[in-house]
Amino acid sequence: MRAIQYAAPRSLSDAVAILQERGSKARILAGGTDLIVQVGENVRDVDTLVDGKRIPELMKLSFDPVTGLTLGAAVPCYRVYEHPEIQSHYSGLVDSASIIGGTGIQGRASVGGNLCNSGPAGDTIPTLIAYSATARIVGANGERTVPVEDFCTAPGRNILQPDELLVSIHFPVPPAHFGAAYLRFIPRNEMDIAVVGVGASLALDDAGTIVSARVALAAVAPKPLYVPEVGYFLEGAIPSTEVFAEAGDIARSLVTPISDMRGTAAHRKHLTGVLVRRTLQRAFERARA
Amino acid sequence: MTTETKYRVIGTRPLRPDGVDKVTGRAIYGADVVLPRMAHGKVLRSPHPHARIISIDTSAAEKVKGVLAVISGRDMPDVTGSVAGGEGGDINMRYASNNVMAHGKALYEGHAVAAVVATSPHIASEALKLITVEYEVLPPVIDVRKAMEANAPILLDDLRTDSGGVKSESASNIAAHLVAEEGDVEKGFAAAAVVVEHEFTFQTVHQGYIEPHACTAEWRSDGQITVWCSTQGSFAVRQQVAAILKHPISQVKVVPTEIGGGFGGKIPVYLEPVAAMLSHKAQRPVRMVMDRTEVLMATGPTPGAYIKVKMGADADGKITAAQGYLAYEAGAYPDSFIGAGMLCLFAPYKLTNVKIDGFDVVVNKPSSTAYRAPGAPIAAFACETVLDEIAEKLGMDSLAIRELNSAVEGDWRAFAPPFTRIGALECVQAAIASDHWNTPLVKEGADGKKRGRGAARGYWGNWDGVSSAIGRLNPDGTVSLLEGSTDIGGSRASIAMMFAEAFGVEYAQVHPSVVDTDTVDYNDVTGGSRTTFGTGYAVYKLAKKMQGEIVEKLAEIWEVAADAITIDGSCYSSNGHSATITQLAKLFEEHGVHINASITAKGNNTSGAFATHIVDVEVDAETGKVEILRYTAVQDAGTAIHPSYVEGQMQGGVAQGIGWALNEGYFYDANCKLKNATLLDYRMPTALDIPPIETIIVEVPQPTHPYGVRGVGEVPIVPPTAAIANAIYDAVGVRLHALPMSPSNVWEALESK
Repeated sequence: MRAIQYAAPRSLSDAVAILQERGSKARILAGGTDLIVQVGENVRDVDTLVDGKRIPELMKLSFDPVTGLTLGAAVPCYRVYEHPEIQSHYSGLVDSASIIGGTGIQGRASVGGNLCNSGPAGDTIPTLIAYSATARIVGANGERTVPVEDFCTAPGRNILQPDELLVSIHFPVPPAHFGAAYLRFIPRNEMDIAVVGVGASLALDDAGTIVSARVALAAVAPKPLYVPEVGYFLEGAIPSTEVFAEAGDIARSLVTPISDMRGTAAHRKHLTGVLVRRTLQRAFERARA
Repeated sequence: MTTETKYRVIGTRPLRPDGVDKVTGRAIYGADVVLPRMAHGKVLRSPHPHARIISIDTSAAEKVKGVLAVISGRDMPDVTGSVAGGEGGDINMRYASNNVMAHGKALYEGHAVAAVVATSPHIASEALKLITVEYEVLPPVIDVRKAMEANAPILLDDLRTDSGGVKSESASNIAAHLVAEEGDVEKGFAAAAVVVEHEFTFQTVHQGYIEPHACTAEWRSDGQITVWCSTQGSFAVRQQVAAILKHPISQVKVVPTEIGGGFGGKIPVYLEPVAAMLSHKAQRPVRMVMDRTEVLMATGPTPGAYIKVKMGADADGKITAAQGYLAYEAGAYPDSFIGAGMLCLFAPYKLTNVKIDGFDVVVNKPSSTAYRAPGAPIAAFACETVLDEIAEKLGMDSLAIRELNSAVEGDWRAFAPPFTRIGALECVQAAIASDHWNTPLVKEGADGKKRGRGAARGYWGNWDGVSSAIGRLNPDGTVSLLEGSTDIGGSRASIAMMFAEAFGVEYAQVHPSVVDTDTVDYNDVTGGSRTTFGTGYAVYKLAKKMQGEIVEKLAEIWEVAADAITIDGSCYSSNGHSATITQLAKLFEEHGVHINASITAKGNNTSGAFATHIVDVEVDAETGKVEILRYTAVQDAGTAIHPSYVEGQMQGGVAQGIGWALNEGYFYDANCKLKNATLLDYRMPTALDIPPIETIIVEVPQPTHPYGVRGVGEVPIVPPTAAIANAIYDAVGVRLHALPMSPSNVWEALESK
């Protein structure tokens, strides 16, 4: 019978020491809503679970009007969407955190866990990219900070080395006239995995012209996909349904999704265009509000 | 819509006897049985959809500490013959034995090839990995039309096509070709003003009961086998276990637990004979519980199919001819409920010229079994969408054409005598009069979404079968009512109500319980919409028998002639004596008299149940996603014994029909491997996908039942898929000819419009 080791370090240095000692079969446990299922089904070869929920930095959630939002890697979704300052400053993050799984899942599942699971359809990852969020990583050789769009590398894989863990995700303070949103398409109305997901943000100047835009896509590539071309197209444009539709066309032209049990390639490609337009429209409404 | 009641108890809505245990978590389900020294069994399953098993080496698994025994097909007896299976007819025991443990060939991905029993389920799982099976992989065939081709890979070397009793000379995947015919279809189509014909394809769909298959078995050294399991038929389990293990029926006792959903899928056995054999080898009780993937890969499903339907009508909308070609995927072994599909295909309509061809075809998918009105929903999808198109071409209202052509008493149906009194027309008329049908639909939704309304009908024949029950009048006037019908939908309440009505006592005085096969006499399965009808009929007869015994004993005590005693409800009187049942119970105790009776009865269910459904949908034409806005189900219940549970059955059937319509279906890759054997990717509807479902109960009593009962459990799943398809057409102008009508399929249809 297979035994799994469990460790619950209380500091980052203890956690790193355990990761160094146990090697690549050790894995950080946050909410466990992906990891425990994967271990049970032998999808991931894990011999040590390192519980991150006793490490203060991983459970920290704080907003500073100058430096922005710090979201500890193991903070569960419900704390994210119930947080008043996240509700007022980061409504796109509320979109993502409140549609993962169902209410019960959201009591455990974390945004950091979603990022580290690195699924192509992770519902928070396009949103993090849209917010220009960065990942703070600590390992045996010290600390590094990486833009979220560079974090995932392939289905279920990311840049973390065996001795590293994700500590927190940092969000800059949104500029004036900024809005972000996340929309996903699922065949049911809950408990589903995105067929396509879109995170988008817009910043407008006082005249209403788009000064910057970021769009990222879920479930249309081997990893959550940042599409800067769409942002370049939108910069300097006056927001309109037509402009957002054209942005959707550009995004659609950039993706080469696969067909599987969750959707066909043709439908995913088409939905990319529709959802980019709709998400930009929602982000625009928030930017204007 | 309920008729003026002539009953005291029937038609009221008392609490169900099993309710408190279920909502407080005390109820014992299949996986909850714990016995001393219990061991745990796990099954090794074939990764190939079609393969010859060359060898199985279990030696490494047997050496694992904690492993008690390992078995494979060679440990199971060779069996022949058949046993009663229920509404689908007899179960071929050689096929059933091969299905629980492959002998020689694996016929679907997930087919059991070996099993381990160990001191813990984890050890058993690890030991499975050490079993080496050498396969000769064979080409699979999973599509019914391909399986019917002359050069298709053959699944069962001994299978010959049965065409009206004549067997084919060579082996074939077509187990049977059935024909139902009346009048002259060519003449009928020649007389039509409009003829519509379409081809339809359907995916394999699972019943989706939330409780996975689970059982505990103990084979003692004296030969006595006891099985605790979640099942729709404890006697069916007893007979299948005895037959598969070649064991005397009298030495097999089945104890049914509570059941977390069955819908037809818990009539065949999967784990029970295996657990018993493992218990025999290990000399311990053995529990086996499937996980969800095993349930989806190796149990249940309802057939995928190819259907072609052609219907014609004259300029007034009268149907002049109807023709159907149905080819159903039986899965690994014959019997896809093709006959039931043919019976139900055109049943709601008065037809004089009709021809139906049906084919039962084996394919490399799990052996199909009953699923709520088996065979009927996909047949109705074809008929009801074709008829909708005829109505549209003639400029007729879609319910008006259904009313005009409705079958009534005396009309033809396939494979059965003409209908007796049925409520088919009354259901259509109630739908036409409903608030839903008469409330105009705003066709534009938010954000440019399109709305539409559709209607469809459905039929399901009711089975009668055999039921037994035991009644005991206790000294305090309460009654212990022992039943053998496992309760999958509130039947304990409705059966106790019918007994209380017939015996002249209050519902609260009757304590019903579902007991094991050694305690009550034979009962057919809970299936075929038979239990409230058949077991209700049995307890009616039981109540009358107990009244007869009371009269007989009372005559002795009162010293009067039996025929001088009159019964008025609970009150027995004669010549100045008068007493209620409660008083009599005490009197009998004083005299050492006990009123105990048992009954075995077979009712005569001659017609069946009809339904007409109305649905409003909203379609996001950009994504293809369909939302259900409003749903009304109209159904003839004969007499609604417990109206809440009738409504619950109607709503449950609709919920499953919505899932079938919109998202459910087995997804196979190019190598015929099942890719969505989880509830994440086998998309059953969630609470957010189902609107409140309005119900209208029509009551046209079934003439052969003392209380007019019709079975209500199955027919509500028949109309939804077609009603939703017709509503989608009304919304966005595309007719879909395949299920599921998933977002990608709806979007593709809109793209190619």
